Amino acid sequence: MIQSPAAATLRFAPILLFILLLAAFGLSSPRFLEPQNLVNIALQSSSTAIAATGMTFALLTAGVDLSVGAIMFVAVAVAGKMIHHGQPVALAFCAALAAGAAFGALNGLLVARLRILAFIATLGTLFAGRGFGLWLTETRAMNMPESVTRLGTDRWLGIPWMPLAVLAVVCLLAHTVLVATPFGRMIYAAGHDAEAARKAGVPVRRVLFCVYLISGVCAAAGGLVALTQTGAVSPKFGEQKEFAAIAAAVLGGVSLFGGRGAVLPGTLLGALLIQTVENGLVILNANPYIYPLVASGVIFLAVLLDSIRNRAQLSLPGGCQAAAGPSKARS
Amino acid sequence: MTAKAIELQEIDKRFFGVPVLRKVSLSVFCGETLGLAGENGAGKSTLMNILGGNLQPDSGSLLLAGQPYRPRSPHDAAKAGIAFIHQELNLFSNLSIAENLFLTDFPTRAGIIDRRVLRRRTGELLDQAGLNLSPETPVHRLSSGQRQLVEIAKALSLDPKVILFDEPTTSLTQREKEHLFSLVARLQSRGLTLIYISHVLADLTRLCHRVAVLRDGQVAGCGPMKDFSHDRLITLMVGRSLEVQFPPPTSAPAPEPILEARDLTRRGKISGVSFCLRRGEILGIAGLMGSGRTELARLLFGLDPLTGGSIHLEGRPVQHLSPRQRIARGLAFLTEDRREDGLCLDASITENISLVAAASYTRRPLGWLRLDSLRLAVAMIRERVQLTSTARDSQPVRTLSGGNQQKAVLAKWLLARPRVLLLDEPTRGIDVGAKHEIYTLIRQLSAAGAGILIISSEIEELTGLCDRILVLASGCLHDEIPKAAFDPERILRSAMAGAAASTPSSALP
Repeated sequence: MIQSPAAATLRFAPILLFILLLAAFGLSSPRFLEPQNLVNIALQSSSTAIAATGMTFALLTAGVDLSVGAIMFVAVAVAGKMIHHGQPVALAFCAALAAGAAFGALNGLLVARLRILAFIATLGTLFAGRGFGLWLTETRAMNMPESVTRLGTDRWLGIPWMPLAVLAVVCLLAHTVLVATPFGRMIYAAGHDAEAARKAGVPVRRVLFCVYLISGVCAAAGGLVALTQTGAVSPKFGEQKEFAAIAAAVLGGVSLFGGRGAVLPGTLLGALLIQTVENGLVILNANPYIYPLVASGVIFLAVLLDSIRNRAQLSLPGGCQAAAGPSKARS
Repeated sequence: MTAKAIELQEIDKRFFGVPVLRKVSLSVFCGETLGLAGENGAGKSTLMNILGGNLQPDSGSLLLAGQPYRPRSPHDAAKAGIAFIHQELNLFSNLSIAENLFLTDFPTRAGIIDRRVLRRRTGELLDQAGLNLSPETPVHRLSSGQRQLVEIAKALSLDPKVILFDEPTTSLTQREKEHLFSLVARLQSRGLTLIYISHVLADLTRLCHRVAVLRDGQVAGCGPMKDFSHDRLITLMVGRSLEVQFPPPTSAPAPEPILEARDLTRRGKISGVSFCLRRGEILGIAGLMGSGRTELARLLFGLDPLTGGSIHLEGRPVQHLSPRQRIARGLAFLTEDRREDGLCLDASITENISLVAAASYTRRPLGWLRLDSLRLAVAMIRERVQLTSTARDSQPVRTLSGGNQQKAVLAKWLLARPRVLLLDEPTRGIDVGAKHEIYTLIRQLSAAGAGILIISSEIEELTGLCDRILVLASGCLHDEIPKAAFDPERILRSAMAGAAASTPSSALP
């Protein structure tokens, strides 16, 4: 079957947009396309991209994890507190990941066990997480010692390698899980139609639980990467990161309606795209007040693209038609 | 005599108190193909869903190869060797063919899906199903016919002993249908036991060894296929149940038209339907499921856009108007699924009834609701439709019986004083008493001059109420029957012939 040009454009919209942006910014400022700047874009987007990778799992099940930013905050608060009390950095980081897993498991429990709508459940844990983090840090900022910031700035071949390495590992691992494991394919099935998946024998609740667990761990990892880069835990750490993560995933082609999208190239590309816009605006010396407007434009564009794609999907021949009738199973 | 593969003993099933199956006893012998015929709503699919584990019977027992069989889920049924090819396809269109077939049973190596083994095993199953496609093909690219064959391949992957087909040909083209039939023949020669539901009697004659006819949830006849001519099958299917009395007409339709449809067309659903509804007339629309009955009503109400044709309401064109504007012009649409589309189940009776007409009970200039007069109007309309007086106005409609819910939907529309009512299955799933009351109400409305269009699967309901019946098949008007010539068998035969004669893609006028 041949794809129509319109369908192909939709499908490759993220890549086309990315190329277009690079070209536009590159033409307006020669500094923009310098290798150092491109590396900077990747570095600046790494923490969001890692969190967005976890978010992708939740979105694929037609859910969402609004507590991503809060989990980032809790994770670095735990790590920062332990480091201030003289614990080794490695142990502190492991504890931070465990805290992320715990919050993710809580989300999973609420969504999969208690069947609370993901939007509501994770909105609740968003506030719980921020409150818990503020309590832990006593709403004070904590500066990290050099042993932490070194991780984010250590150079290899002239490039701070650690954030990029973590990003690469997370993305590759997530991609493998989604594409090449039974669990990954079940995520797609559950996201497409949870009821049909249940009928087909997919353990939908377990899948949902794991998805939020993964999102929690990814958020914690993203938070730690940001911590090594910024070197401080502030009360505003990770605030509104959930929206950046959702925007990145959706911009990269992950559907808010579930069942469609991928981490590679999708979500990663989406995160880079958003960072490219911001970086480009800085280089062009744009008025800083414009940033939120542009960011909101990007999010709007992402969701619009998704709606169009979803409508295109529904109007396919033999798509999901609800054949209602007297003989329809009422279960 | 060969052994019985499946034995059903006195199966009873009710939905919301309405019996759907009554003491159904039926046997299927090993290696035979049993055809299941019956009108819409006769209980065929319910019976298959019980066998397939989607539903549990209220009473009665099932035997599978002589052993008691009580599937609690489709999974149980599959383990017992029963595969179910659904009418609506249950594939994940975002996954590939191979992934659909092995979703819960992927071959893996070290936790990673072994794509090579997966491809080989899928290839084997697709070969058996006679489908020449790459296992990696995403399902959203397949036609309905190909999806049907993938469903069958999926069923074969479970190595079943019994396969249930629920109207597998409704969305297939002629070529795809031939392909399916040759596959069925191969399954038969392998000694599999098949149960095949279809509206197309010629298909039953061609494929089945024996046939059973269901009517009103009971077995009306069962025996070797060769003993059942098409005429006999149809007679068995429509044989009447005399439970419901229809109120006699009190007035004749006026000559002037109130709703005129000219050449209504919506690509792929409805083609060139023209008719005229007169003031005070009750016009019936008969047709099988998928004939375009509901689509026609949706077009008339403006829920879907027309691709051609025009609609005149009281002489003025309305095809460019939104549903909201059409309501203002006096149109009402009672949808076929009151729970999904007709009611806000958790809202109160008052809230539901006042939903459509609330705008006309406001006080200028701010548009506050005049609650007192609205309440009065609701009370009056409640009485008019005879909604149960034991229910409080503030009670959520979820707590009402099916019949009272339907009356609440009717009350909602009547409050807006419609001059044309489109009623899609107005009495589905409600008890006999409530049915009679709704029939009486319909009569009163038509006597008062309203034009009424009734869509119904119950042919009796149409012949009992209507002044004229249109038969719809494959999106086209296939027959028009005046009251003097009402004959349930003719209507059913016409609807089936129309459906058999044309596939959705090549509809004839």
